[in-house]
Parts: sequence; structure tokens; C-alpha cells
Amino acid sequence: MRSLHDPVLKVENLTMRFGGLVAVNDLSFSAGRGDITALIGPNGAGKTTVFNCITGFYKPTVGRIALRHGNLDFAQHIEALTDSDHGAYRGADGSLFLLERMPDFQISAKAHVARTFQNIRLFSGMTVLENLMVAQHNPLMTASNWTLGGLFGLAGFRRAENGAIEKAKYWLEKTKLIDRADDPAGDLPYGDQRRLEIARAMCTDPVLLCLDEPAAGLNPKESLELNTLLMSIREDHGTSLLLIEHDMSVVMQISDHVVVLDYGTKIADGTPEQVKSDPKVVAAYLGVPDDEVEAVEAEVGV
Amino acid sequence: MHKAGTRQGFGDSAKLALREGREGMDVFVQQVINGLSLGAVYGLIAIGYTMVFGIIGMVNFAHGDVFMISAFVALIVFMAVTALAGLSGGVVFLALVAALLVSMFVTSLYNWTIERVAYRKLRGSFRLAPLISAIGMSILLMNFVQVAQGPRNKPIPPVMRDVIVLFEKDGFAVAISYKQILIMVTTAVLLGIFWYIVQKTPLGRAQRACEQDQKMAALLGINVDRTISITFIMGAALAAVAGTLFLNYYGVVVFSDGFVPGVKAFTAAVLGGIGSLPGAVLGGLLIGLIETLWSGYFSIDYKDVASFSILAIVLIFMPQGLLGKPEVEKV
Amino acid sequence: MTSVTSSMAQAQPKIDFSRLFTDAILATLVALGLFGLLIGVKTDQSLNNQMILVLRPGLLALILAAVFVGRLTIGYIIAVRDARPPEAKKAKAAKSNTALWVEKYGLPVFVGFLFAYPLMVLYTAGPQGAIKWIDNFGIQILIYIMLGWGLNIVVGLAGLLDLGYVAFYAVGAYSYALLATSEPVKLFMAAHMGSTFWPLWAFWICLPIAGILAAFWGVILGFPVLRLRGDYLAIVTLAFGEIIRLVLINWVEFSNGYAGISSIPRPSFFGVPFNASDTGFAARFGLEFTPIYRTIFLFYLILILALITAFVSARLRRLPVGRAWEALREDEIACRSLGINTVNTKLTAFAIGAMFGGFAGAFFAARQGFISPESFVFLESAQILAIVVLGGMGSLMGVVIASILLVGGVELLRELDALKVIFGPNFDPAQYRMLIFGLCMVLMMLWKPRGLISVREPSVFLKEKKSVSSDHVKEGHG
Repeated sequence: MRSLHDPVLKVENLTMRFGGLVAVNDLSFSAGRGDITALIGPNGAGKTTVFNCITGFYKPTVGRIALRHGNLDFAQHIEALTDSDHGAYRGADGSLFLLERMPDFQISAKAHVARTFQNIRLFSGMTVLENLMVAQHNPLMTASNWTLGGLFGLAGFRRAENGAIEKAKYWLEKTKLIDRADDPAGDLPYGDQRRLEIARAMCTDPVLLCLDEPAAGLNPKESLELNTLLMSIREDHGTSLLLIEHDMSVVMQISDHVVVLDYGTKIADGTPEQVKSDPKVVAAYLGVPDDEVEAVEAEVGV
Repeated sequence: MHKAGTRQGFGDSAKLALREGREGMDVFVQQVINGLSLGAVYGLIAIGYTMVFGIIGMVNFAHGDVFMISAFVALIVFMAVTALAGLSGGVVFLALVAALLVSMFVTSLYNWTIERVAYRKLRGSFRLAPLISAIGMSILLMNFVQVAQGPRNKPIPPVMRDVIVLFEKDGFAVAISYKQILIMVTTAVLLGIFWYIVQKTPLGRAQRACEQDQKMAALLGINVDRTISITFIMGAALAAVAGTLFLNYYGVVVFSDGFVPGVKAFTAAVLGGIGSLPGAVLGGLLIGLIETLWSGYFSIDYKDVASFSILAIVLIFMPQGLLGKPEVEKV
Repeated sequence: MTSVTSSMAQAQPKIDFSRLFTDAILATLVALGLFGLLIGVKTDQSLNNQMILVLRPGLLALILAAVFVGRLTIGYIIAVRDARPPEAKKAKAAKSNTALWVEKYGLPVFVGFLFAYPLMVLYTAGPQGAIKWIDNFGIQILIYIMLGWGLNIVVGLAGLLDLGYVAFYAVGAYSYALLATSEPVKLFMAAHMGSTFWPLWAFWICLPIAGILAAFWGVILGFPVLRLRGDYLAIVTLAFGEIIRLVLINWVEFSNGYAGISSIPRPSFFGVPFNASDTGFAARFGLEFTPIYRTIFLFYLILILALITAFVSARLRRLPVGRAWEALREDEIACRSLGINTVNTKLTAFAIGAMFGGFAGAFFAARQGFISPESFVFLESAQILAIVVLGGMGSLMGVVIASILLVGGVELLRELDALKVIFGPNFDPAQYRMLIFGLCMVLMMLWKPRGLISVREPSVFLKEKKSVSSDHVKEGHG
């Protein structure tokens, strides 16, 4: 498995406590480069908490979250970086980031981890195009010489802005939103909003894209289109994907690797086929004790 | 606008003692007594802020001016009764009771009307709208009183001047006045009653339900509009008690008296933990203490600076207050 | 045929008059409770300084009658409106891009008018009468427009609710006043640049300094409040504004306290003073000396300062930083997930907004020649915020309209001597200024909670610029 020999993300011993509540308990898993990794589990299993730790919105109580760019040797550098007080190591053959040490906005800006949200967070009063322009804030900010060059309308900034519009157009074409480019994001139907959020995340040039229930609320046709979009993101852009999903048809069809959580603990980790037949997973989903699993399986005809 | 340090309250003897270079335990005790009585007034106003913020999540910016109006109503009633029946001891007491009751009624009517006219339509709309409307209402009320009653200080004849001397040391008497006892007893009793209402009655349950989720409360058959109205009325009634006690304590009121006590009471509400009734009173007592001790030991000129600084510091570093619940950022 | 008769039936609405009357009587009873004591009885001081009560039954009756009639009329209007068929209501809702049109063409037209305004007034009112119109209306309103545009960056674009904006106005005003009147600076300048240099050039040198100092204070005060949102942010900024004012009052050695600072040098025409001397403006340009030249110059000065504010904020809106402000107003968490440094973004908004407040403050000090803490009370902050919100958050033209309505309208009250004919010679309309101002704030919010111009113009477009209805625009978390 790629997650073992070529990981892009390595989560080790992640624990997140809120007061007395343990939301995530000693979780370790890796996501392979170019893989689509699915994080599944019943409601309240702690999946979104894991996402929030990876993307820096929560600081984990314990644990290490490492992200790698390029071909740098993971094992060789990680201990040295952990012992230093830096959050990132940049070498000739790639970079290594310890996400738990970085503030949230730098995780996107420097480590290039992008995310979407379970309850869509678009800039609903801004147009679709503007949403994608905001996503390219950092390169545009540099091009505008931190506003000064832009204020005087220097050529370099105008070029960069046109480039950004082109990129936005590319993603609008790809997500079939090009005709709605000048409409407020809040006017789009639900399925379009989900796709727009993905397009916006992709405009930040992510190495790893984290999707929190991308198929929630989509009809079967939209769900199918989403699969195509996600596959193409992986194929054409080399972006690794990590997704939380309840829709098993999406999970089983597109993911290469599935991690199952229950009550904050990992109960299974493997290919979709392996996970599907794991009695613990079935039990967690159906909520029966282990010894009754077989009976239940027989009943539902797995 | 309100000028810092123009009020001459009961801290005078203690301040005088400080000016003479005395800094003993006796002075400190006197300051604490003065601070607690002032703080009780802030606490009563603070309850109005805290209940309204709890239930509809807005800072009722006009609440300080509602308090000022209550003091004016009490002033007029007190003047009317004493003008008719003289200034003997029993009459003064009756006049105060009458002022309190009428002021509670009229002030409640004010707050009810304000909610009905200026806030209800804006509930659930653009979030800045109720705040702007409340600021407008505050300006409106302040200037209404200025126009209707004139811009000058309005004094009442000195009443209830007796004090109980607690102990005397080196010629400095530590005393508690009847006014101060009145304030503390009234605050304690009212806090008990209101705490009972909010915790134990169906009305209180309805209020807490509306705090959690207005839509759901409405679906379960709670009359949300009426619950909110009653909350405003309760807040106003307490502000009226504060206003009457304030008038009696200082013996003077002016149209601009709503702003600074209003901000201080709001500070108290935040310090105690917004949404918490005991928190509001605790916050009020602390603000009163800090203000009196600050004026006594540091500088009376900067006492409002101290209050505003506490407000900023509390909001920035512990927005959940002393008795409030911490808020977790939802992603 | 049937459809015609049914619409005929709808056209004649049934109005429940008995209910209207009950409502009006109830409203009058409430008004009696509200006003019975506070209007019906007036506390007054007798000749020997005793507090007395004066009864005013006539006034009370008049007001109650007004409430009764008013409630009846409003009730009737609402009843008629509600009874109208639904199609008629819909027709009104089909508003096109009028607001966007106002935003686009209104400003150039208005600016053109402003450039001609002093000359028009001069022509119609003559040099004596013109000063009042240029100063009280022109300059006064323009100061508020500039402040509104400055605060618009913070509140309208970045969604940071600032109730202490007047603090930066004060910083600008005191920076200029203190520097320009400081003895050491005067002596230093006299020694190095000649004795006439400083009085003539002080304004032009101090103007940028005032802006920079205000921006600096914007960052200082902005830093601690970064985590706060909404109402809490508003209250903390209010507290900061009050602290600055109270310090100005109490720190007498620094700011001269309540007494304020006087004899602040007036701005020169780039080194040429406006006085009756031989080297003065009038003499230099071969004109007869009158004070109107200075007033006209100040008018154009504030006009240009305001236009710079408008230009910069319109430009910033189309730059990454401006888009980040608006995104921040919409959703801070999404911003962070896209790699936007929200701390820097908020601080730039505070700093730039404060800088324009500082410029306006320096101008204010130079125009008045005297400043004191009384000019920087909370009411001013509330007034500026009201202008931004009433105008429509983020709209430049909205600020203009709201300033004219609120500042100009209230200023106009002073002029209404005609009211004395109705209310008697003791009636002073200026007394009611703030009363009416507060009332207007409440009424405008009830009428248009999202402001007069409640559409947003997109900062970039692919094919067609469509206005964004403010129903989508969020009001900001912080």
C-alpha cells in the first residue's frame, strides 16, 4: 500500500480531549500520496475532530501530524524535526511539516493542505468568481507588493490577476459552474455549492485536499459527478485526497484506502474490500455486540 | 456629558480621611461598605442587560437610559408626594415606596414599548440593525428627558440621613447609612425573588427555552414574543429599583446619568458572566468595590478610566466572565 | 368576467375600523403611561432655588392626541396595504439594478456638483451669506462623509463593528494641534527654517503625521480585540474611545484637559496665508480681502481629502487585501482555511480606517482653530457608525446620502425659524436636533435594516457585473 511506503500524511498517536471528553483516542494512520483515503465511522466517531486537528483549527492534546512534499525521506528527517522547535523542514528533495505546530492559516498557505466543511462555508455574499479569487489571496498579495503595487496598478499585478482569473475559469469549467461565475455564491443550489467549495479549495494548489462529507445532500446523479471530479483531481493534479464520507457508494467506488473510527479509536484500516468484511466495522455501524455480528450479517445478507 | 468626579456620595468621610493621610483598616472597611452599596445598584441594572442578552443576544444599549428614566419618574413621584404631605419621616418612607412602585410600572412600560417598537421587527434580521436601533433609542431617550425636563441637575431634599456607627477608631467613625442598608437588603431580596422565578417557574423555563432555541421553543407552544416582552419588563422593573435607590442615595439625577452607570452595569454583567443572574450581581458588587477603592486609594479623576479598562480587559481576556460558560469555537 | 369581478372585490379592501380604533386607544393609553409623568409634570427650580413641579396638562393632551391620530393613520395605511392583492405587492419587489446604477453614476454626478457648489452658493447668496452654507453645510457634511468612508473600510468591508472610531479622529486632531502649538517645535523650526515657516506649513507637515499616528493607534487598539466579534467588539471599541477621551480630559499637562487647545494655526494656501496682509492670499491674487476665500479653500481641501479616501477604499476593494476583508466579513473560518492571515488582514483594516479618521481629525482641528475633548464624545462615534449602516454597508454612495440626510437634515433644523410661528417664540428647534437624530436612527433601521443602498457591487466579473443583493451578504462576525 502506498500509505506505507509513500505517505503524504502521517498521523501518529493523535489524541484530542475536550475537558473530560475524549473525542479522538491515540489514533495513528497514514494517507498515501496520490491516494484517495476515506475516513469513515458512525456519527460522533471523531472524524471531523481529526480533520480539525489536521487543518489546525484544533491543537491536538497529544500527537504528531506530519505532512510531506516531494520525495524527501520521511523516516530520516522526522525525528530531527520533532526534536527541533521548528514546524517545517525544507530540503532539496522536498519539505516536511509538523502540522500540529503550525497556525491554521499557514497550514493552507505553506503546507498546502486545503479543506472543505461539513456545513458549507462559502462567502455567500460574494460572487462565485470572487470566491475563487479569495482562495488565491497569498500569491496575489505577493504580486500586488502587499497592496502598494496594486494600488498604483502596476503591470506585474495586473498580469497576476489575469492569471488568477484564468485559473478560476479552469476550475469553474471543471466543476461546471462557469455559467454561474458572476452570481452570488449564496444563490447556487446545494449541489453546486458543494462543488464550488471544492473548486475554491483547489485554487489554493493543495498537496492534500480534505473533504468533509462532500456527497452529503447530493442526489445520485450529482454523487456520480462528484466521483468523476474527485478522480480527475487525483489523476490530473496529483493531489492526494482525504475524505470523510457516509455515502458508502462513494467510499467503496473511489477510495483506495479506508480508515474506520468508532468512539475516537481506529477499529479498521485497509482496502475497501478488507474493511467491508471486517466484523468490527459491521458491528460499529449496526450497533450490535461482536458475537452477534454473524447473525446480523446473515440477516442482512452480507 | 457626564463629568468624572462631580458626584459626592457617601464616600466623602473616607476620602477626607485619606486626604488627611490616614490609611488604616477603618478607612478600608468604610470604602468596602460604600463600594458594596454602589455595586448593588450596578448589579440591579446589570440583571437587565444580562437577561436581555441571554434571551435575544443583543446588547440593549438603551438600558442605561431606561434606568435614568426610572430615576426621573421616581423623582417626580417623590416630589409630588412630599409636596402634598410634607417631609416628615413617615411621609418620606411612603413617598419612597410610592416612587418605587410607580417607577417600576412606568419603566416597565417604557422597556415594553421599546422592545415592541424598536427591536421586535428587527429580531432575526441583519444583526447590526438591533444594535443601531438601540443606540438610536438611547440617544432618543436621553434627549427626550433633556427636552421634557430640562438639562439641569435635579436634586431632592436630603432624606434618610441617619447612619449606624459600626465602630470608632481615633476619631474616625466607620458607619453604614440607612440608605446603604436599604440598598443591600432590597438587592438581596430581589435577587432571591428573580432567581426563584427564573429557576423554578414555568415562565423561567420558557425564558431558558427561548435562550436555547427560539424556533424550537415556539414549536413547543411557548409564546416567544410574550416571553421576550416579559424579560424586558423584568429587566426594567429591576432598573427602576436601581433608579429609585440611586436617586435616594445620591439625591440628584440628570438626563445624562444613563450612559456611564449603563456602561458600568454592562461591565458588571460581562464580568459576572453574561446570561447569569448571580453573576450580574457579583459583577456589580466587584465593579462597585473596584470603583470606590480606586477613587479612594488612587485617583478619583481616573475612576471611569478604570471601569472602562476593566470592561475592555474582561471582554478580551475572559469573555465568558466569572460565572459564565466558556464558548467553544465551532468549525 | 369572473376574474374581473373577483379582482374588483379585492380592490375594495375591507378594513376593520373598530379594531383600528381599539388599537389607537390602546396606543394612547400606553402613551399616557409613558408621558403622563415625564411630559405632564416638569421639575423646575423656583426663584428661591427650590425644586417645584409644574403641571403641563395642555401639552400632554396635545401629544396624546397626536399619538391617537398617528396610530390611527398608520393602522389605516397598513390595513390598506395588507388588503391589496398580492400581485400589486410583487410588482414593487421587482426592483432592477437601480441601486447599482446609483452607486455607479451617482458618485461622479455628486462630485461634479460638489466642485461647483461653492461657486453656486457664492452666486446665489453673496459672499456674506455664502459662508454659512459652505461651512455649516458643505464642510460639515464633507467631514462626516470622509469619516463615514473611513469607517466604512472597517465596518462595511471588513465587518469589524467599531464604536470607538472617534478616538482616531481625536488622535488626528490632537496630533496636529499639539505639534502645531508646541513651543519646542516652534523654536526649532524658527531657528532652522525662519520664523514664518512653521505657522504657514505646520498643517501640511502635520497632516501626514496625524494620519500615521492614527493608523498606529488603530493597530495598537486593534491588536487586543482581534479575537472578539460582534457586539462585544463594539463595546470594547466603545470603551477604548471613552478611555482616550477621559485621558484627554484628565491628563491636563498633556492635553490641557477640558479647556482644550486654542490658537491652532489655520492651513495656508500652500504657504500663502489667508489674511489681510500684503502677502496674504487676497493681496497676492489681486482680490479684495474677505474671509470667504479661506472657507472656500477649506471646502475644496476636505473635498479632496474625502475623494482620496473614496478612491483608495474603492481601489482597495478590488485588490487582494480588500477581497480578503470582505471574505473575512462573510466567514472568518473559511478565510483561515484558505491560508489568509486574518490577524494581518484585520489590522490593516483597522490601520487604514484609522488613518483616514486621523486625516479628518487634523483637518477638523485646522478648520476650528480650537479643539477640546467635548468634540470627541461617544455620540460622534455613534453618528458615524449610523451613517455607515444607514447608507448600506460597504456602499460609498450610501454614506453620502446618509450624511446629507442625517447631518444636513439635522443642521437644517437650526434654520427652521418658521417653526417659531407655530410653537411660539421660545421654541428653539436646535434643542430637538439630537432627539430627532435618535428617532431617525430607529425609524431608518425599522424601514431599511440593511441601509439605503443595500446591494453589493462585485469586485471582479467574468461576463456581466450583477449586483449582489444584501440578503446574501453577511454582516460580519467581528
